[in-house]
Parts: sequence; C-alpha cells; structure tokens
Amino acid sequence: MSADSAQSGGLAITGLVKRYGTVEAVAGIDLEIQRGEFLTLLGPSGSGKTTLLMMIAGFQDATAGDILLDGRSIVATPAEKRNFGMVFQGYALFPHMSVRDNIGYALSVRKRPRREIAGRVEEMIDLVQLQGMEDRLPAQLSGGQQQRVALARALAFAPPVLLLDEPLGALDRKLRIEVQAQLKDLHERVGTTFIYVTHDQEEALSMSDRVVIMQSGRIEQVGTPQELYSRPRTRFAATFLGKSNFLHRDGRVWALRPEKIDLHVGSSGDDRTTGKILSQTYFGSVLNYRVETTEFGVLEVDVDAWRGGAALRPGTVVSIGWHDEAVVPLED
Amino acid sequence: MQTLRRLNLHPGWWLVLPFLLVVMGMFLGPILNILWLSVTLPEPGLDNYAALFESEPLRRMLWTTLRICLITTVMSVILGYSIAYAMMHASGANRNWMISLLLVTFWISVLVRTFSWLMLLGRNGPVNNALMGAGLVSEPVEFMRNELGVLIGMVHYMIPYAVLPILASMQNIDNRVIAASRNLGAGGAQTFWRIYLPLTRPGIVAGAILVFILSLGFFVTPAILGGGRVLMVAEYISVQVLITLRWGTAAMLAVLLLGGVLALMFILSRLIPLSQVFGGARR
Ligand SMILES: Nc1ncnc2c1ncn2[C@@H]1O[C@H](COP(=O)(O)OP(=O)(O)OP(=O)(O)O)[C@@H](O)[C@H]1O
Ligand SMILES: [Mg+2]
Repeated sequence: MSADSAQSGGLAITGLVKRYGTVEAVAGIDLEIQRGEFLTLLGPSGSGKTTLLMMIAGFQDATAGDILLDGRSIVATPAEKRNFGMVFQGYALFPHMSVRDNIGYALSVRKRPRREIAGRVEEMIDLVQLQGMEDRLPAQLSGGQQQRVALARALAFAPPVLLLDEPLGALDRKLRIEVQAQLKDLHERVGTTFIYVTHDQEEALSMSDRVVIMQSGRIEQVGTPQELYSRPRTRFAATFLGKSNFLHRDGRVWALRPEKIDLHVGSSGDDRTTGKILSQTYFGSVLNYRVETTEFGVLEVDVDAWRGGAALRPGTVVSIGWHDEAVVPLED
Repeated sequence: MQTLRRLNLHPGWWLVLPFLLVVMGMFLGPILNILWLSVTLPEPGLDNYAALFESEPLRRMLWTTLRICLITTVMSVILGYSIAYAMMHASGANRNWMISLLLVTFWISVLVRTFSWLMLLGRNGPVNNALMGAGLVSEPVEFMRNELGVLIGMVHYMIPYAVLPILASMQNIDNRVIAASRNLGAGGAQTFWRIYLPLTRPGIVAGAILVFILSLGFFVTPAILGGGRVLMVAEYISVQVLITLRWGTAAMLAVLLLGGVLALMFILSRLIPLSQVFGGARR
C-alpha cells in the first residue's frame, strides 16, 4: 500500500480564508505539506484547526484561497471525490455495521470485487491488530479499539492524505501515549501524508515531522519540533510550546527556557544575576523554582530533581547564569 | 411508614390508589366481560372463533381491514419519512413552522377532517370542479365512497403519527457519521441507502407499528368516506352490536383486535422505549 499512496500526497495551501459572517475562522493560510510528511496543527481552542481540516477534507467551502493536491486545485472537488482519509473526533464509526463492514466500506462503495475487499480488510485488521474482532459492532469495542477501527477504515482505500482531528482526545493518558507510538509507527509503515490536529503540545512534539502553531486563524510559526522549541519566534509560540521566561534587554524581548538556567547557592564569576527563592514545586523529574532576581524580575528555573540535591528553601539566596545561546530574541 | 418502606412503595401511590382502582376496575371489568361474552354468546363454546374460518363475509371484512391498514401504514410511513427528512434539513425558522403545522393537524378533530375531505373531493367539490373545468376529465372522479376515499382520509390522519418517531430517530444520527460516509467516497444516494436509512430503521418500525395499531380501530373515517361500501372491523363490530345484535361475534372481534394490538405494542416496546414514541420528537 505504501507503493500506491506514496505516488502522491503533496499539498499546497495558498491564501486560504474561511469567514462565518464576520468571524474569520481561518484568516489567510499559506502552507506546503510534503508527501509522506507527518504534519501537526497545534493551537488553542478556536484557533481554526478543525475549520482548516474541514476545508482540506471538502466539508467546508473556502471563502478565498486555493488548495492544490500534487499541483492540481481541488477546491471544486466534492468531499466524496477527494479520496482523503479522515479520522473524526469521536471516530464516527457506523454503529450498525461490524468492524469488518466499517473497514470495507470505502472499497465497497467503490464497487470493488468481494474477494479484493475481504483481502484488504484482513490486511488492515492485521495492521491495526484487531484480529478476532471482525464481527463485533463498534459499541462492543473499547475506546482504543474503536480508534483503531477508525484508522483502519480511513486507510483502507490507500488515501494519499490522512486527516486526523484530535483522534486521541477521548482516550485516557496512558492509552494515549501507547496509541501515539502506534500511530507514529503506522505512519512510517504506510507512507501516507498525515495531517494531525491536536491541542496537546506533548503529542505535537513527540509525533510530528513538522508542527504548525496556529492562533486566531493564522499560522504563528512552522517548523520541526526542535526548531520550534529551541527557536520560538513569538511570545505566543514560546509559551504555547513549553514554558518560557521573558527577559527585557536592549529594547527587545528574549525568551529563556526554565531548564536552560543554571542555579546554585553562593556566587561564581560568570553569573548573570543573583536572586532569592520565592517558592519551589516538585514535579517528580524536575524541581521548579520561582526566583526573584535583581535585574530580570521573577524567573522560573527547572532543575533536575535527582541532580539538584536537597530542595532549596524559600528565602535562600542563589546566583543564576545561562549560556549565550540559551536566550532567543523574539519578534514582538 | 415502616411497612411502606418495606413495600418499597412511594407514599404518593396511596394518594392515587383509589382512583387507580376505580379506573382499573372500570377498564378491566368490561374487557374481561367481553372476553367472557365472546365464549358464551349465543351459547358456550368457541363457535364465534370458528366463524373466522367458516364465514365468508367475516373473512372478506377482515381482509379489507388488513389491506387498508397495510396500505395506510406504507403510505403514511413513506410520506412521513419525506416530511421528517425535509424538517431535519430545513432551516431553524422553517422547521419550527413545519412542526407547528404538524401539531395543528393533531388538534383538529377527526370528524372535521373527514367531512373536509368529503367536501373537497366530493362529486361537486372544488377538486372535481377544477378537473372538469380544465377539461382533464369529462365526469367527476369518484374519490369518495370507496376504498380510495378511506385511504386518503386515513393516510392524512396518520401521517403525524409516522413523522414523530421517525423525526426522533433522525435527530439521533450523528452528523459526523454522515460526513464519514461521504469522506469514504459514498455519494448522496449511497450514503442514504447504506447509512441514513438503516440508522433510522427503529423510527420507521415504531412509526409503522403505531400507525398500523391506530388504523385497526378506525371507525369514523371508513364509515363516512367509505360510504357504507368499505366495511372495516370497527364498523362491523358496531353493526353487530347495534343492528344485528350478534354480541358474541362482536365480542370475538373485539378480543381479536385487542390481542393483535397488544402483540404489536409488545413488539414495539422491544424496539424502542414507548415514552419516546408517544413523547414524539421531544427526547
Ligand atoms: N459553523 C460556524 N459558524 C460560525 N462560527 C464558527 C463555525 N465553526 C467554527 N466557527 C468559529 O471559528 C473559529 C474556529 O473554530 P474551529 O472549530 O476551527 O476551532 P478549533 O481550532 O478546531 O478549536 P478546538 O480545539 O476547540 O476544536 C471559532 O472561533 C469558532 O467559533
Ligand atoms: Mg476542533
């Protein structure tokens, strides 16, 4: 299947706008998506992620702009002709059909021969490891199993692009991490372009080739997880992906990640400033301190909990330092 | 109080108990009486029931009843489905209008409606006059005083009863399931036949059984619009009671009717909570 779906799947979005009355749900988006890429749309609630995905899928008409699949415009193509797989939030399985019929649906509406459908369904069942559940109805499956049926159903017709709208939203945390790994593995095996919507930053960081940070219907920043984390361009990008301190220096704002700060009791030569500990919070792997500094106001500092020794009490005077590369200039 | 708790009975029951007993007595008493009459009149035995297999007019009458009820059910469900579908896909304001109109027909007496049809479709009614005026027919079409008239009147009366359970089942459908079907490559017609229709089947079955049950006992409409030529079971019973005075036959038919309705209600309650059927679209 990687053979047929790898043929295509490159998307180009230009100047895409969606207006509901006076609300601009998507306010002008330009984006290139490589074939076979795992791209995540990350943004807070109401930032236009679902709207963008629905326009790509063909369930919403664009107010302006164009969507190209392998160079050809698809905005006039109805949803059922676009051949994009989609995993809906809540899965939207057909409740009256068995797992087998759900997965075979796309091929059966394409009037493929019965033998071919049966073979393909079996292949998909193996892929998502649902052996033995072929005859169950969706209501007889657990959340994680339903999610895999939804995936298999969407991939059964080897779509060039798979759209996923918060597919793990309904799962508990432990299962979510498990399924994340399975999804990533699946992506590598099938070679389909994945466009993945989430508002969970960990999910975005751990799974994606590239992440698009959205806010208010616009793209805030696009890049690999490493790029976004180490070189956020705006204040919003710096806070939405991870935590950050903001330093005001030379008339600019700079971002500084809490774990890139060195903190120790007493002073040494290359310290930037000194401060007093206001509070400390224990998170298992890290200790978080809030430090009142003389030059930069209150800074958050993360320290490896096991390396840092005993927790420092509030009121302790500490000195603080960081490498030059640790601070990143922001645009706004 | 102690005993009440042990009986696990809400104290409120004691308040309604006297009325409950009166109603039950006045309701169950006559029913049992009819059951009794059907096996004792004119003489003890199952003769009345045997007549079902022997009497030609009785069989013809039952067949007429069954045929008319089935046609009414099919027509009402098909039309009701279309109306419910249109309601689901109308804009908010239009939908409210449609629901009001549907409920208004609920409130108009069956007698008024039957006579309206008689006037509208009679030999000198506006419909026949218009048809003749337009030169489409040379003499009035016989809409009334036949089976066609009965069917028109009954279907008209029954449509709201079909619409409400169907509408309720349509409202239960998750839009994303329909979107998923289109996304998987199914066009409008395929999505309808393979997803939408099967998911509304409980509503269709509930509506059909409801309409069928109500049709079985129809009296006014067949009597007036059938003009005496279309004899259905309710009118037949009335004739046995009031004119020919064969109460045994009447009681036997009443028991048959009751048994049939109870059986259908039982099937219905298996398929869908009854409160949903009678509560209509309000879930
Ligand atoms: N049908 C609609 N009519 C009017 N406004 C809409 C409609 N659909 C979405 N919007 C608005 O468009 C904006 C973007 O909505 P969208 O559903 O795309 O957000 P989202 O990023 O998917 O949010 P979430 O993470 O909560 O799912 C929101 O402000 C929303 O209120
Ligand atoms: Mg959304």
